[in-house]
Formats: sequence, C-alpha cells, structure tokens
Amino acid sequence: MLKADRGKYPEIRNGKPIIDLDSQKFVKIWQGPQHPGVTGNMSLEIILSGDEVVDLKTHVGYLHRGFEKLLERRKYIQGFTIVCRICVPEPDTNEYLYAAGIEELAGIEVPERAKWLRTLTLEMSRLTSFLMWIGGQAAAFGMGTVGQWSLAHRDFILDLFEEISGGRIYHLYIIPGGVRDDLPAGFSRRLEKTLHDTEKLLREIDIVLFNNAVFKMRSKGLGIITPDMVDKYGIVGPNARAAGFKRDIRKDSPYLIYDQLDFDIITGNDSDVYDRARLRWKEMKQSIDLIRQIISRMPAAKDYHQPLPNVLHWKIPPGETYVKAESTRGEYGYYIVTDGTECPRRIYVRGPSYTHAVKVLEKLAINTNIADIHGLMISLHTYPPEIER
Amino acid sequence: MTKLIDRLKANFRIKNVTMQRADLIFLTVPEKQAVSLITYLRNQENFSHLVFLTAVDWIEENKFQLNYMLHNHGFNFSLGIRVMINRQKPVMTSIHHLWEHASTYQRELKEMFGIDFPGSPEIDQNFILEGWEDIPPLRRDFDTLKYSERTYFPRTGRKSHDPRKFMKSKIYPEQGEER
Repeated sequence: MLKADRGKYPEIRNGKPIIDLDSQKFVKIWQGPQHPGVTGNMSLEIILSGDEVVDLKTHVGYLHRGFEKLLERRKYIQGFTIVCRICVPEPDTNEYLYAAGIEELAGIEVPERAKWLRTLTLEMSRLTSFLMWIGGQAAAFGMGTVGQWSLAHRDFILDLFEEISGGRIYHLYIIPGGVRDDLPAGFSRRLEKTLHDTEKLLREIDIVLFNNAVFKMRSKGLGIITPDMVDKYGIVGPNARAAGFKRDIRKDSPYLIYDQLDFDIITGNDSDVYDRARLRWKEMKQSIDLIRQIISRMPAAKDYHQPLPNVLHWKIPPGETYVKAESTRGEYGYYIVTDGTECPRRIYVRGPSYTHAVKVLEKLAINTNIADIHGLMISLHTYPPEIER
Repeated sequence: MTKLIDRLKANFRIKNVTMQRADLIFLTVPEKQAVSLITYLRNQENFSHLVFLTAVDWIEENKFQLNYMLHNHGFNFSLGIRVMINRQKPVMTSIHHLWEHASTYQRELKEMFGIDFPGSPEIDQNFILEGWEDIPPLRRDFDTLKYSERTYFPRTGRKSHDPRKFMKSKIYPEQGEER
C-alpha cells in the first residue's frame, strides 16, 4: 500500500477535512452507475488528491423498483415472483426467508424432507454467489482469468438448479409449506461430479490467486476493519468473521437443519482484503462439505410439501415477525407485519450491504489509492439491490 | 429472558410484550422513553447490534410504528422495540450517536415515510429518490397506480398490416395502395 504525505492537505479542522474544489488541489470523479469495477448499479463520488482518495460518497437509486411497496399490494403467493429478484446472485435466501416468515405467522409446519431440500438449495446458492464474487475480486486486481473459470463453474451449478426447479437464475423452488418438487433421479451423482470439479477449481484458484505476489502486495493491509468497528457500524457475516468475531447465524440461532450438520465457524485475524478473500475461499470449501453431508444424510421420506389453504384467498392472522438467515454477505432478514387481510401490511428486507456499501465503504476508502477502490468494494461483497429495495 | 423484561419494566413503561419465538420478543415503549431504553439496552444489557430500523404505517389509527431491532450476540437474542408516533407530525429523536449506520436508516425513513430525525447527518439529502416531489412513497395513502397513470403516458400501439396485402402493395404499387 502506498503511504502519502497528508501533512499539507486536506487541512483537518474540527475532525473534518476541509475540501475546497476550487483550490485545484482536488479532483472529483464519479465511478458508476455503469462501471466495470463497481458491483451493480451504484455510483461512487470520489474526491481525489493526486491518486489518493480523500472523500467518498455512495450514491444509490439507479435500480430502485420499490419491492417493498409492490409486496404490500400483492397477495402472499404473488409476492414470490418478486422476492427472489431482490438479490440476483443469491435468490434462494430471499425465497426461504419470505416463506419462513409466512409459515411462522400462519402456523404451518414444514415436512422434514422439505427442510433438507431447502438447506441443500441454500448451500448451493451460497456456493454460486461465492463463485461469482471471487471472479470479481480477482478481476479487481487485474486477474480476469479467475473470473472466467469461476463463472463457468457457477454455470455448472446453475445447470443443477435448472434440473431441480426449471429456472437457472430465479428458482422459485422454496414455497410456503415446503418445496415445489423432489430431486430428479440421478441428481446426487451429477451434483457430486460438479462438486468435484469445483474443488479442483478452488485448488487452482489457491495457486494462481492466493499465492500471487501482485494480489498479496495489493490486498494485504488494505481496508482493515478493526474489531471496535464491527458493532458500531453493524458489520455482519464474513466481514465480521474476518475481524475475529465468531458470529454465524447458522450456528448461533440454527434454522432448518443446520443444527444437525457438522461444521465450525471460520474466523480470520488480519481483517484486510486478503484475509476476507481467504476466509470466503474457506467458506466455499465448507459449503461443498455441507452439501455432501446433506446429500448423504437426507431422510428418504416422500413428503416434501404441506398442503395449503386456497392461496388466492389466503388470510394470515395479524402479527409480526423477523426471520433471518446467513447469506454469503451475512445476516439477511425479513421483517413481516400482517394485519389479517389477504395482503401483507409491511415487509422490510434487511440486507447486509445496507451498512457495508454505505457507511463502512465510505469510512474504509479514505486514504486508499483510487486503483484499490474496486478491490475494497468487492471485498465487502456489496449488492446494491439490497440497499434500494 | 423474562428476567430482562422484568428489569426493563421496573424502569420503563413497557406494554404489549409479545413472545414471538424463544429468541425474539417485541415490546412497545412510549415515544419519550424510547431512546433512553435503547441506550440502556446497548450500554448495560449488551444489545450491541442494531439490526435494522424501519417503520410501519397504521393509517387507520393515524400512527406510525417505528421498529428498532436490537440483537444481543452473547445470548443470541433479538428484541424488537415498537414506538408509536404521531402520523400528522412525525418527528423522532435520532440515534445516530449510538450507531454509525443508524443515520442511513433514518435518511431512508425521512425519504420513504417523511419521518424527521432532527440532527441526524445528511438527513435532508436524497438517498434513493432524487427529485421526488410527491408524498413519501411508502405511506399507505400513496397510490402507485394513480401515480403511474398521472406520470407516464400510455403508448399508442403500432400500425399493423396484413403481410400478404402489404407485400403485394409494395411489389405491385400500380394495383392500388393497401389501406
């Protein structure tokens, strides 16, 4: 990391830098909403002094579709086509949480096999999301090849999703009362082959990315999240775990059948971009291991769906709840309020990027080099649709 | 966790305690005591994680319900704090001094519900809806259908032709134009 002499400017007065654009010592540039380095449609307003960032503001609103308002005007079953679109790389977490919240409020019990199938899809979607992320992380530091490999392998897992649900990106597989269908014949054999290939890919990524001198030099010491920042900024998920916090919702408040699976929480020490990348790489291996455990231990019951009342006139008694799950970015939650009618009163989606991409990024970006901004942003694993729902 | 609720009841006027799950309790607290309760929970009871802050519009009762969700990582326990505020003049004390990311939530609430949090950083800057002039869109009385009818104009359809007649009129124009 480059260390610049900040002795002269910007002048710090009352703890705030005085940035006068007319003095010609600073340059303001915009990155995004269309920029290859920025994840999704989000824009960064960067003020530079030389090539060092002195101020950064996140601007969102380029893909706002009013998901929460749309959900208020639709019946419960109609909301399913909307919720999965809130997060493109990982739609299953949204489907699961929406279904789980409705089931809790309506008092529906899910069959045992449906829980296992749900966990299987959740872990598979975690793996696809991580594979997409590692391509971006490598490409931000100039290694586009890793992205080509990992996105190709993500597609192999999407093929498996297509087998289960008929859809590649949006699956609509998890519905209230269970899941839509059982696994097709011979699925576990094809899944095992894909997992085997993915493991081989992870070994190769280990060689080309984590042992790469350029990647090491640029990512070590960049964007350090100190432990006292974690609670103050509401940091969750791998970003908090890399700072040494043993926090994982799958372990702390287990949902579905995660309490029957055998895994440990992976933590890091250095809490920089390299450490977070390494931690996510380990979590990908853990996901593969969990998928294998699920396949081998899944009970052979036939029942995978609980019959529902007529979903077109489905009234859910008044109540409110908050359900959460561990996505690849951290705690993902749905806060659902019902008022006894056919439509929900309010649905609030809590995405981890809400804090990571706004306050945390604005804080970490100060005094970094402009070339490292994208690597830093991708290392926080942000997705704009979670900010503007 | 009933012990915690008893401790809170000794100092705060707490109503409507709902045990939703073993690890999730909702409770209502008056507007005046809300911030002191949140500060107490954060500093004394180790509820160090602000999960989210959002609002629910109860238009029939003329109230906004603010919902602060706090989480205790030691006991893995979440507490949802409901605060009912007046819908006509919605103003609430800011909590941006307790958590850095609270100001982002408050900025969104100002924009989406029109709830003001005086003193919160950047509270008057647009977050998502730049140049919005209508009533705050997440209120119940904002009608999306009427808004779209008012804002966007319907497109006229394309003129369609019968392909056989159209090609004939193109190739043999002397036989008369297709109408």
